[in-house]
Amino acid sequence: MFKGKFVDNLPKIYGLYTGGFLLFFLAMMVAESNGVSAKMIGIMFLTFTIAIYALIGVLSRTMNVSEYYVSGREVPTVFNGMATAADWMSGASFVAMAGGIYYGGYTYMAFLVGWTGGYVLVSTLLAPYLRKFGCYTVPDFIGTRYGGNFARFCAVLVLVLASFTYVTAQINATGTIASRALGVPFGTGVWVGLISILLCSMLGGMRAVTWTQVAQYIVLIIAYLLPIFWISWRGDFGIFPHFALGSEVARIVELEAQYGLTKNTAAAMKAAGVPGGLAYISVPHATAPAGAMAAWKFISLAICMMVGTASLPHILMRYFTTPNVTSARRSVAWSLFFIFLLYFSAPMLATLSKIMLIDPNQPTSIIGKPIDQVMAIEWVKNWISVKQAFIADFNKDGILQLNEWFMRGDVVVLATPEVAGLPYVVSGLVAAGGMAAAMSTADGLILAMANALSHDVYYKMVDPKADVRKRLLVARLLLIVIGVAAAYIASMRLTSILGAVAWAFDFAMSGLFFPLVLGVWWKRATREGAIAGMLAGLISGTWYLIYVGPKFMNQTPWLGIDHLRFGIIGATVCLVAMVVVSLATKEPDAATQKMVDDLRIPSGKQVISHSR
Amino acid sequence: MATSKHEAHWNDTKGLMRITLALWFFFSIVIFMFGYQLNSVKVPLLGFPLSYYMCAQGSLAAFVILIFWSSGKQQEIDIRHGVSDAERTED
Repeated sequence: MFKGKFVDNLPKIYGLYTGGFLLFFLAMMVAESNGVSAKMIGIMFLTFTIAIYALIGVLSRTMNVSEYYVSGREVPTVFNGMATAADWMSGASFVAMAGGIYYGGYTYMAFLVGWTGGYVLVSTLLAPYLRKFGCYTVPDFIGTRYGGNFARFCAVLVLVLASFTYVTAQINATGTIASRALGVPFGTGVWVGLISILLCSMLGGMRAVTWTQVAQYIVLIIAYLLPIFWISWRGDFGIFPHFALGSEVARIVELEAQYGLTKNTAAAMKAAGVPGGLAYISVPHATAPAGAMAAWKFISLAICMMVGTASLPHILMRYFTTPNVTSARRSVAWSLFFIFLLYFSAPMLATLSKIMLIDPNQPTSIIGKPIDQVMAIEWVKNWISVKQAFIADFNKDGILQLNEWFMRGDVVVLATPEVAGLPYVVSGLVAAGGMAAAMSTADGLILAMANALSHDVYYKMVDPKADVRKRLLVARLLLIVIGVAAAYIASMRLTSILGAVAWAFDFAMSGLFFPLVLGVWWKRATREGAIAGMLAGLISGTWYLIYVGPKFMNQTPWLGIDHLRFGIIGATVCLVAMVVVSLATKEPDAATQKMVDDLRIPSGKQVISHSR
Repeated sequence: MATSKHEAHWNDTKGLMRITLALWFFFSIVIFMFGYQLNSVKVPLLGFPLSYYMCAQGSLAAFVILIFWSSGKQQEIDIRHGVSDAERTED
């Protein structure tokens, strides 16, 4: 049945896999209607999917350097797009985004624009040129283009700082999902998540991560889209919710005006005993705030996320795995298409969830109903018992008002299927999807860090004579060390998920965006300029984060640039420092200039050659 | 050294880059500078407020189309200057 090369059989293999997963879903539906417990179904979903990823990881084991670092550069365009989409969409995208839109409305949707628009920068400015360059890692490009170990080291520093900030949030998410679905403590859940992540990446490096990420994308996109369509059909909101929800959005705006968006005082919430981290609807759903400052806050957040996207090494390195430059460029387009499928659904899920809860014409609504009736609803009871939802009757009238219903943002994705009355099997599916999203991103990030440390620091700086066996052994050891360190930090639960994710983008854009882009687009950029840019950008960005960060010095931000947007400061300083210092130093030698000429042309040999 | 053939290729590439980034700038930034004003406009047929629609779906779709379009154009430029590598499968 499978003839020829492995990559030629991919559509068949993943077609069978998708069919198998849908059959598994149907089997679970049958099991549920035959009385198998909800808890058992959750456990089945998680163990079944993780076992498949681990199997793929083990089957993709390799002892070849090129396969370990860049998957042998044979990943077809469309499959690389899927793998990148899984690499990209984190636990935050899957679990937290719809909730963020639900509570943050229009203002929050700057994240949607930012997390998609960045791919235009990736495809236009970077991916094809880095592919032509032929590097194994992002610091490998910096180190070779600018020359010298110090420039390479600075790039590794930025990479590790940005990726580590990001990965703790992912491992945190795997821990949360695993602990909820398996019924174990959070700390145990984190270690279960870590072992699953390492099983996927350790033996096969990039090759294993690529094929597990494709499998994870298929699970996560089914898990996200299926409930949305199901809810929309069941509630009679339209066959294709993305085009049919205009009247629901208008209805929400109307209801907001009717109820009024009351803000609770902190003192009142404290007195009522609202658990930390729960939110209530106080921001309009679809209304854009007026004024130049509001527009600037939207745009500046979008800029940070876009430029950060184009500087995150775990994304850029995915385009090192395609067969040629043209397919690297094309692959960016497919990546964004696969990401788009989830991102343009998130606002629809938020809209469906909100209309079902607040519109009194809906059978599922709770706002405006007597509180004792609401408390008797099954899903309300469940989520209140785990402190993810709360009711505070501020005006003591026994009726639930808009500002009296509290819920954690993540609950929007996790509980909306229950609100709509879908069977529990859908919740199991959603848990498997969230796990796939968090695992795939964590895998990409841990691999990016371990590869940079093993290839750029160990092989290029410490021991250039190391043989293949030793290099791959070091790479794997580092993978474990970084994973354990990240899991340890995650188990201490230091930051909220969103804060950490936005910071990773800001760190990456502060230190890496201009050194990467100018390395391709400006021949005059010199080593000293790049080093000055990376260090000045990183230091000024970090300093500004400490200056305005609410958990640090908590000073008033300049021009509305708060701790989520510190990359604006870092990247600007980086650009200025890099240009000034480059112009003040001697222009790069002829060999470097030729290297830049070469990487701008798709045809011909790749710029650096690796010993095998 | 860069030959004149390569220079011509790079000039065309730069031209495409400018157009792509100008469109990107429009859909990611210019529209949302006027988010408040544009939101009173209703999207025909669908009925969403315009700015809400652009950040929920419109700009996102525009980026997808933009990258497919620009990668196609770039391939045309590469082929016209005889430097395309689309046929190559390995190094």
